[in-house]
Amino acid sequence: MIEQLIQFAYLIGAVLLILGMRALGSPKTAVRGNILASVGMLLLIVATLFLQGVVDFTVILAGVAVGSAIGAFLALRIEMTAMPQMVALLNGFGGGASTLVASAELLSYARAGETPEGVVPYAIVAGALIGAVTFTGSVIAFAKLQELMKGAAITYPGQQFVNGLIALGVIGLCVAVVLDPSALTLFFALVGISLLLGILLVIPIGGADMPVVISLLNSYSGLAACATGFVLGNSALVIGGSLVGASGLILTKIMCDAMNRSLSNVLFGAFGAQTVSDGPADAGPQGTAKGYTPEDAAVIFGNARSVIIVPGYGMAVAQAQHAVRELADTLTEAGITVKFAIHPVAGRMPGHMNVLLAEADVPYDRLIEMDEINPEFPETDVALVLGANDVVNPMARTDKSSPIYGMPILDVDRATHVFVVKRSMNPGFAGVQNPLFFNDNTMMIFGDAKKVVLQVIEAVRDLA
Amino acid sequence: MLEDPVVALTILTLSLLLGFEVISKVPPLLHTPLMSGSNAISGITIVGALIAAGNEERTVSSALGFIAIVFATINVVGGFLVTNRMLAMFKRKPSKS
Repeated sequence: MIEQLIQFAYLIGAVLLILGMRALGSPKTAVRGNILASVGMLLLIVATLFLQGVVDFTVILAGVAVGSAIGAFLALRIEMTAMPQMVALLNGFGGGASTLVASAELLSYARAGETPEGVVPYAIVAGALIGAVTFTGSVIAFAKLQELMKGAAITYPGQQFVNGLIALGVIGLCVAVVLDPSALTLFFALVGISLLLGILLVIPIGGADMPVVISLLNSYSGLAACATGFVLGNSALVIGGSLVGASGLILTKIMCDAMNRSLSNVLFGAFGAQTVSDGPADAGPQGTAKGYTPEDAAVIFGNARSVIIVPGYGMAVAQAQHAVRELADTLTEAGITVKFAIHPVAGRMPGHMNVLLAEADVPYDRLIEMDEINPEFPETDVALVLGANDVVNPMARTDKSSPIYGMPILDVDRATHVFVVKRSMNPGFAGVQNPLFFNDNTMMIFGDAKKVVLQVIEAVRDLA
Repeated sequence: MLEDPVVALTILTLSLLLGFEVISKVPPLLHTPLMSGSNAISGITIVGALIAAGNEERTVSSALGFIAIVFATINVVGGFLVTNRMLAMFKRKPSKS
């Protein structure tokens, strides 16, 4: 009887997760969706406490208390600019938990002198492997985003070969453990080598490819949870895990499409590594970019009627989102139409720019997607590019030899005037020079995005 | 029930398909909240952690289960809270002019 009640609660919980996830997909219902999903999760947790084998509540209470405290502390204290690393870190914890669960189960089997049968050995191996890769992969992604380590792609000679060998080792150990699940040493060797694999897979991936990596790791953490569901014969875990796995894959695909690159190119292309620069970068356009001052910008803004602001990672680094909002308000007060153009992979995670501008109270209906805003650039007086580079590089449209050829870009060069605020002339992440900077209608303003924007605001007010 | 490979495969396939269907048309605006929300859901592995830690005997397994609970709870609580915090910032306002 109690068993049936638990299963019923699982059904309700899973339905709440699904409904919650769907509601998260629309601006009007997103808040409700998040609440629905968390209620569903709570129901699943409570129902699990009534399962037959769950009798020791001290350990459980202690674990939940510690975890909640840390989780709540992180969630409430984190700066919005640090969201990408927060998501990466949380993801890592989820993956790590799945590996631990798979390990604990295998140890329980061993203690009881039993051997797992049917799908269970496969699921144990899958859960441990995917969970471990997610764990260390996320930790490396976190370290890169938090700038604890170099953000650029890290490559070394023979890297593909080493990774290939390790992948072979992982496959070999997986087969060995499935064939003989009682071989605990082999199992823990598998966990160890999977942890190593997670590190090695993420270090050759550069900063601007992080949106892909984060969504992929998100998907992995779901798949790992799904695998533990098969280990424990628990339907709630299977359903919840595969929901996340599927949604993460879709998001990954959206991110790859937005860069016109295949997933394998992102993962194994070591895009943006230093070695790239001796190729296409030198072949890029030469010339002198013209440096201007914030006062020059104010004069141009004074004669403009329409402005499109294009934010990029530079805005996040400089924490310039509030200053940008102020600039938009100032220009709007002067009777200028201001819109924001958001490239799907601007920043370090999917939707990064939207979150930052939302934090700065920019109404979301002012944030326009790429396909919708591109036709508007030719009729726009000023495009203001803030710390974005590759996503506005016209070479992606024209130069077949460019590594970023074919990537959909924001057509800022078609606006009457283009201001580019940038810290230096360094090429962007892709290591490709940007001909936009040398165009006749482009004016460069060098400096920190926040400082420059504040100076522009002041200059605009002085002129008014 | 999940011991039957066919039943297991059925549930897996259907929930994957459901995941694809539920998510496929989400506006870029919500990519981050969606990701952190689904990230919180991936902490569902807490259910497995509870089972592993709740054993009657205190063994290595329950120690691993304890760490798993801590990890998964951080994932769940942190994920839902931060999503909520983010969504609270998304609001449509009449323009100030």
